[in-house]
Amino acid sequence: MCSYVLKRLVVSLPVLFLISVGAFVLVHLTPGDPADMYISPDMTLAQIELTRSALGLDKPWLIQYFEWIKNFISGNFGFSFSSRQPVAEIIAQRLSPTLLLMSVSLLVAYLSAIPLGIVSALNKNSWIDRSIIGWTFFNVSFPPFFLGLALIYLLGIQLAIFPTGGMTVLGQEDDLLGRLMHLVLPVVVMASQFSANMIRYVRASVLDVLDQNYIRTAVSKGLSEPYILGSHIFRNSLIPMVTVIVTDLPKIIGGAVITEQIFQWPGIGSLTVAAINSRDYPILMAIVILSAVAVLLANLLVDVLYAVIDPRIRYGK
Amino acid sequence: MNADRFVLLGNTGALDNIIPRGGCEELENKSFEAAEEAAESWGKITWRRFCQNKVALGSLLLFLGILLIAVLAPIIAPFNPNTTVGAFDAAPSATHLLGTDDVGRDVLSRLIYGSRVSLIVGVGSVLIYAVIGITLGLMSGYLGGAVDGVIMRITEVFMAYPHFMIIMVIVSLIGPNMMTVMLVMGIMGWPPICRLVRGEVLKVKSMDYIASAIVTGYSPCTIVAKHILPNVLSPILVNATFGIASAILMEASLSFLGMGVQPPTASWGNMLTSAQSLTILSDEPWKWIPPGLAVLTAVLAVNFLGDGLNDAVGGRSK
Repeated sequence: MCSYVLKRLVVSLPVLFLISVGAFVLVHLTPGDPADMYISPDMTLAQIELTRSALGLDKPWLIQYFEWIKNFISGNFGFSFSSRQPVAEIIAQRLSPTLLLMSVSLLVAYLSAIPLGIVSALNKNSWIDRSIIGWTFFNVSFPPFFLGLALIYLLGIQLAIFPTGGMTVLGQEDDLLGRLMHLVLPVVVMASQFSANMIRYVRASVLDVLDQNYIRTAVSKGLSEPYILGSHIFRNSLIPMVTVIVTDLPKIIGGAVITEQIFQWPGIGSLTVAAINSRDYPILMAIVILSAVAVLLANLLVDVLYAVIDPRIRYGK
Repeated sequence: MNADRFVLLGNTGALDNIIPRGGCEELENKSFEAAEEAAESWGKITWRRFCQNKVALGSLLLFLGILLIAVLAPIIAPFNPNTTVGAFDAAPSATHLLGTDDVGRDVLSRLIYGSRVSLIVGVGSVLIYAVIGITLGLMSGYLGGAVDGVIMRITEVFMAYPHFMIIMVIVSLIGPNMMTVMLVMGIMGWPPICRLVRGEVLKVKSMDYIASAIVTGYSPCTIVAKHILPNVLSPILVNATFGIASAILMEASLSFLGMGVQPPTASWGNMLTSAQSLTILSDEPWKWIPPGLAVLTAVLAVNFLGDGLNDAVGGRSK
């Protein structure tokens, strides 16, 4: 098992290297000099050169890359162009709101999607199944920005049940109910996207399991339906569900750019939009690389979890 | 009494089950149908099966309708979409059916022209990534070995970046407009279709007819183009259709954030940008509800189209 994990880890190292090169090249190919951000119009040429060398911009690309990657690995992500604060600090500040929003959204999405997917599969081709499938299409097709705006319009403004944005009311940060109310609308927008995907996977995988001989055996043995559902069907349809969960997980870091933007949620997503608008490259590079690393780790986790859930995979190869 | 009952049964048709009246003809018809199906081309079979699905057919008509609106935009649109033609922020009226926006442009005309952006970017980006993905997928699957290894590592790198975020960053760095949005989405979107094609090629590659094609002496290019590609076309088509739906959605999302198609060019996404202000959201719903519904309708139509296509090509057995 240990060597299996190690092997997978080694395979992803070159990918990680290429990802970092990609992010570096991307940012350095863009028109404009990063030093422009530090230069004011009244600076002399010598001062400009001094700024450039202080930022390390006078060195060759290759050296710049290795210095950057060395700093990056030791946790020094550089300084934000616009606020001059350390990037690591800014990202750390923005991470917890995003983690909160995304984990609640995923939880809500899965808790609703798994039962719906199972019900849909067990009632295959009935009106229940058809309406659940139709619902998933509706969810997948609903533009998140339109859904968000529509919810703010209906429930935030017209009926005034929920706040229209932000995480808390200023001065009432400890109000738990207030925090919950702020969470509801963004969570609905996020969860609708995640759950639709999950419902389809659960349905397909349960239908696959229902076709298996061991289910027929279990039924003819006279086992009770709840028992078969719990220990035969559910457990065997877990693998595709784990795939969906783990591919959803890295999105926690990237967050939901649009949802955060609409609801003024102070997370990574809205930070990205702000960084793009102010051309804050150090922040952008850090966000892109951190999310890519999260994806790689999630892929690794999938493989390990497969091996844990289904021993056949471990021994097969 | 007995006779009466017999007649009664006969009238209700209950006996039809016992004596298969015309049963033989039915059987003959069936085998005839099967033979006909075998003789029909792949396209015809798919089309016939597709037509049996009412939802899918309806979606196709809807999509063609949107296409028609996009093509005929200069004729249908009542006003020039990019110039001031009325009062600012005017509510819907007889002259401006959907009102006007903050600089007095006709919302309906902008909505009609916006369909062009959505369709061009949606279809265009998918065409770009389908060509890249199919080519690399065929190479990866058919050639195998080192070529396969390199291509697969590249897909891993591409797929590791968070998709929406990386496209947003690249587009805004090189300058957002309709062409860059389409190109970046096309260049970043190929890995999933590449992997799909590779998998399908691996399935087909070991079949006897490929072996006999090799023995017959066809060149690898001919085998890939004439023997393999047509047999892996169905999943590609389904994937590309769903791809158009997500591409339309992504363009609208980028434009909504101000990082896609830039005003004054009308896109359904950037028509909603102004609704981020609460006053516009609550007091001037004619500005943001129609474009929002337009995106929803277009994406829903394409998704149902893809689902119908999937059923028609037999992609989903359940």
